[in-house]
Order: sequence, then structure tokens, then C-alpha cells
Amino acid sequence: MNRIERKFEELKKGGKKALIPFVTAGDPDLATTEMLVPAMFAAGADLVEIGVPFSDPVAEGPVIQKASNRALSSGTTLVKIFEMVGRLRQKTDEPILLMLYLNSIFRFGKERFFRLCTKNGVDGVIVPDMPYEERDEIQAEAEKSGVIPISMVAPTSHERIAMIASSAKGFLYCVSSTGVTGMRSSFNTDFKDFFRAIKQHTEIPCAVGFGISGPEQAKRMAAYCDGVIVGSAIVNLVERDGSGAVPAISEFVRDLKQAVGEIGTLPSAELG
Amino acid sequence: MQKIGRYGEFGGQYVPETLMNAVHELEAAYEKYSKDPEFNEELQRLYHEYANRPSMLYFAKRMTEDLGGAKIYLKREDLNHTGAHKINNVLGQILLARRMGKKRIIAETGAGQHGVATATAAALFDMKCEIFMGVKDIERQALNVFRMKLLGATVTGVESGTGTLKDAVNEAMRDWCSHVDDTYYLIGSTMGPHPYPMMVRDFQKVIGQEIRRQLQEREGKLPDCVVACVGGGSNSMGAFYDFIPEKSVRLVGAEAAGKGVDTAFHAATVAKGTPGIFHGMKSLFLQNDEGQIMPVYSISAGLDYPGIGPEHAELARTGRAQYVAVTDEEAVQAFEYLSKMEGIIPAIESSHAVSAAMKIAPMMKKDQILVVNLSGRGDKDVASIAKYRGVQLNEQN
Repeated sequence: MNRIERKFEELKKGGKKALIPFVTAGDPDLATTEMLVPAMFAAGADLVEIGVPFSDPVAEGPVIQKASNRALSSGTTLVKIFEMVGRLRQKTDEPILLMLYLNSIFRFGKERFFRLCTKNGVDGVIVPDMPYEERDEIQAEAEKSGVIPISMVAPTSHERIAMIASSAKGFLYCVSSTGVTGMRSSFNTDFKDFFRAIKQHTEIPCAVGFGISGPEQAKRMAAYCDGVIVGSAIVNLVERDGSGAVPAISEFVRDLKQAVGEIGTLPSAELG
Repeated sequence: MQKIGRYGEFGGQYVPETLMNAVHELEAAYEKYSKDPEFNEELQRLYHEYANRPSMLYFAKRMTEDLGGAKIYLKREDLNHTGAHKINNVLGQILLARRMGKKRIIAETGAGQHGVATATAAALFDMKCEIFMGVKDIERQALNVFRMKLLGATVTGVESGTGTLKDAVNEAMRDWCSHVDDTYYLIGSTMGPHPYPMMVRDFQKVIGQEIRRQLQEREGKLPDCVVACVGGGSNSMGAFYDFIPEKSVRLVGAEAAGKGVDTAFHAATVAKGTPGIFHGMKSLFLQNDEGQIMPVYSISAGLDYPGIGPEHAELARTGRAQYVAVTDEEAVQAFEYLSKMEGIIPAIESSHAVSAAMKIAPMMKKDQILVVNLSGRGDKDVASIAKYRGVQLNEQN
């Protein structure tokens, strides 16, 4: 069983929700990322999403765009990221995912990419510009390697939810609202309806991401689903503290984990 | 079987899930209205009464005599309303946006020609309009920026990345993602996710159809060669498309070699690009081994793009069209040449095609015909060409 599936099963048994923090690899340098990932696990992260920097991250807001630039300026490459994950793997058995744009996989070579995922212990990939219809780009190679491509649904997915959710593996990435990544003060999505529609079609765990700025929101969102993904709010701290970001991020992750842990699932009556 | 929206392996729909229903909705609307007689009548009327179509096919007598080879005709897209071929596509898409009930139009622009055309059509139909433009392009195309504002559009400067066309596309896509319900993204070239490359080509193919008809009337035959400049590739796709099945017609695209294809300062995607997936499409891109999109350069803001439309990528792969690279210096010389030789100041983008034609025509026979698609006029470029030549212009007072 893949580490992602195993983790969600464990959480489910314990009646717990997943906290999935995100950092951009190589921001401001890979040494920092290599300290941050274990620190986040130690602070309570259940899975960690590592962003592979891209010159033109079309799905990202300004915070992660800037992180991507900082990472590229520090000479971050996919090969170096794989080597870092390989070293992290000797210290942790927690699930690690890469978030990257399809061109990074395509240009690197799909087979080579997934071979290095397996070799270094990457458990899943999130590819924001690869919709369901284009999944064949990597499906065969991913399947062969045992790496899970994470499917995404958005509030605009409507009738597409059935098709996407029913074939999803690992967990389903539920985009909280239209737009790009980045913190939002409020959401105009009807989460009750959104997650009811999703849960109709799948048993697999659902994690919500995009725009979650802190413990309060994380707590509110976790009520609807099985996990919460927090990106820009963490990357903001990296921007502020640079290579000294470990203490602030550890504390932030602890607060998030506590907030996510405080709630049970909404009674099905409230969801239904 | 060829999948819809694919040109060989190129094309496709690589957009975030948030946009998938929007691109499908657009596909369905285009499918419906492109066959609707009322839609087409309205478009034809606008082409004729508003955009000044059909554009003239002009026999460039002095240029022909001077070069001493093929008879050279210029397809005068520069005489269209707003001064370039861009209006053909914009009018088609804005009629579509209206029928889809969209309230707000967004677009990217490089040289500003597509932005001006979009702002024009938005004014005509009283729609809200926001144009995304790289800060570097805003600086070198100040006249067009003011023109867009005059037409009532908001011009949003894009500082991210290289501050040029690709960054304007990034930002327009992000905006579309955020306002997908009420906003129509009016892409200006044969690029992006399906159905844009097909739709933009369809709205531009009138160029080639007119060339065929006009040349038939004048010469009673097909052209032997059609030359057009290529950035994203809309004017060239429009000029080429009708002739693709006519194997006797040589199709030549002129891409921007900037300071030379062997320097780091060019935008010659076919010459130097590799297959990749970006801006919603699989196509050729200028990128490094890790798939990072490379900064590109051209004196022409309209050709300053690191990719090319997917249908061009396939035409290049099969060899049906040839792509030649033209440097800044060659383009500026062609700009000056056509101005003096025919009294026509071409856009610096179109000057790339003129330059390619100047090399090809002398190698052709005198009874052969070469058509240059003069995609835009050069008024917008006069200041930057003066600067390139070291001439100080002072328009203050």
C-alpha cells in the first residue's frame, strides 16, 4: 500500500483529519527545505506537499510565484529535489508529494521522472495543469511506478465531479474556490453543497486546499472533509524568515494541526 | 483517429480543473454559432462595414522590379480597422462572448495590436474590458497603451517574469480562473487550449480565402508562395490555411531571430524550440532541459513569445510549411525598404515577413507569384525604429 493510502487509513481509524502543508522546494535554498520538511512532520503534518519551482506557474497567486522565482534563482532543479527527497526518506516514512506543472514531467522524461520518484520515495504527484481528460499523459508511467497522481475537483466542476471522483486514488484534492492559490479572507463556495456532491461519488478521502490562511479557517474547512492543505500562508513565513523559518513554521503547523484536530466530522445530517 | 483539438501530437486542453467546464462551454458555443447563419451574417457585415474587409491585394510593382524575381503581392491587412489582422479574430470572438452571455472581456497583448482590437470591439458592444500587458511591452508600445485607454479599456501591467507577452498570458489565465463565470478570455492568437487555436484560425482564414479569390481574378491562378510572420501564429495560420491542401503553394513562416538564433536573444521557436506543454497546449517552446520557459527577445513585441500555435508545430513537423528566422536588423531593413519602395510602412512584425520575401522572391521565376501577408501597419513602431537607428525624437510641444 502506498504511504498516502496508509496514512489516510490510519487517520480514519483514529477519527482524525489530515494536515497537509506545502513548501516550495529550494525557497530560499534546498538546505532550508530539507530542514523544513522534517520539522513540519515533527510539528504534526500528516503529509507534506513539496512544490517544484516553475518559471511560469499559471495556477499560483503572487506568494507562490515569488517563492518559485526565489527557488529558481537558488539553482533548484528536479534532480536536486529528488536527491533531497531521497535523503529525507532515510529519516521519515511519512507521505511526501510533489506539486509540479506537467511540462516539468514531460520535459524531464516521464519514465525517468517516475523512476526517480520510486527510487527516492515520492508517493504522489499533484499536477495542476493536467485535467482528467489529459491524464493519459502520465497515467501508464505513474501506475507502473506506484506513484499516485492526485485528482482535483473545483467548485466549477459540477457534473464532472462524478467522473473525476470515482477514478481518484490516494485522496481527492478539492479546490476551495475559483482562482489561483493564495490566502483569502472569505470564500464564496457553498462547501456543504460542494462536499455533498463529492461524497456522493467517492469513498476516498477529500482534502481541501487553496486560500486557507490560518488555524481558524483550517478548522472550519476540516469540518467538511478529511484533510486541509495549507500553502501560501506557510510560504509567506519562508519569505519573511528565509533560512531561519523553521521555528515560525513549526509553531504555525502545530497551531494548524491543533485546529484541525479539534473537530470531528459534521454529522451526516448536517451535510445531507 | 485524430482527436478533436489535436494537430498530430500537438494541441490539447491542459488547463486547471477550474477552467475545464469553461473551455467545454466555449467549445459547445463555438460549435453551435459557427454554423448559425445569423451569427455568420452579423460577422460578415462587421467585417465589411466596420473592419474594411475584404482587405486589398496590392501588386508591389517597384518591389517586384527591384528584386527581379517573382511577382510580389501584398495582402493589405494593415488597412483593416485598428491597423492589423487582429480585428478579424476579435470580432468573431466578441460576437461569441455576447451570445454566451459574458459581461467582461479580458485579453493579453504583446505589441498592443490585439489589445487595441479587443478594446475596440468591447467599446463597440459596450462591454467591460481589461487588457493584460507586460510592463516591458507597456514601455515600448506606449502609443497603443494610450489607445486602449482611449477606447475605454483598463490596461493592467504585468510585472511578473520577463514582463512580456507570455507573462501577460499567464496573468490573463489567472484572472480567467478567478472570474470564470462572467468573464470571456479573448485569446489573440492560434494558441492556448482547444478550441482557441482552431477558433482563432477559423476567424483568420478569411485572409487566405481572399488571397485565393483576389489572385484568381487578377492572375487566374494560385500563388506559388505565401509568406507571413509567426509569433503565436494567427496571421500566418489565417494566410496559410486555405492553401494547405494545395501542394504547389509553398508556405513560409518568418519567426523572430532577434540578435541571432545562436545568441540568447531570439524568439525562434521552430528553429530552436522543443516539444513541451504550456499555456494550455502541447506545442514547441523555447525552454531549458528542466522545462523552464526561457526568456525570449525580439525587437518586435508581437513576436516576442516563447511558443508557437500547435497547428504550426505540426506544419513544421510534417514540413508542409517552412519556417525561417529573421533578425532584428533584417526586419528593420525590410521596414525601411518597404517604406521607401512602396510608400507603405509595415509593422515591425510584418517586416519579418517582408524580409523573408526579399530573400525568396529573387530565387523564384518571373512568372511565379509570391504573396506577403502584410499583417499590420507600422505607425506604432516608428518611435522604436527611430531609437534603434539612434534618432532622437522629441514630440514634446
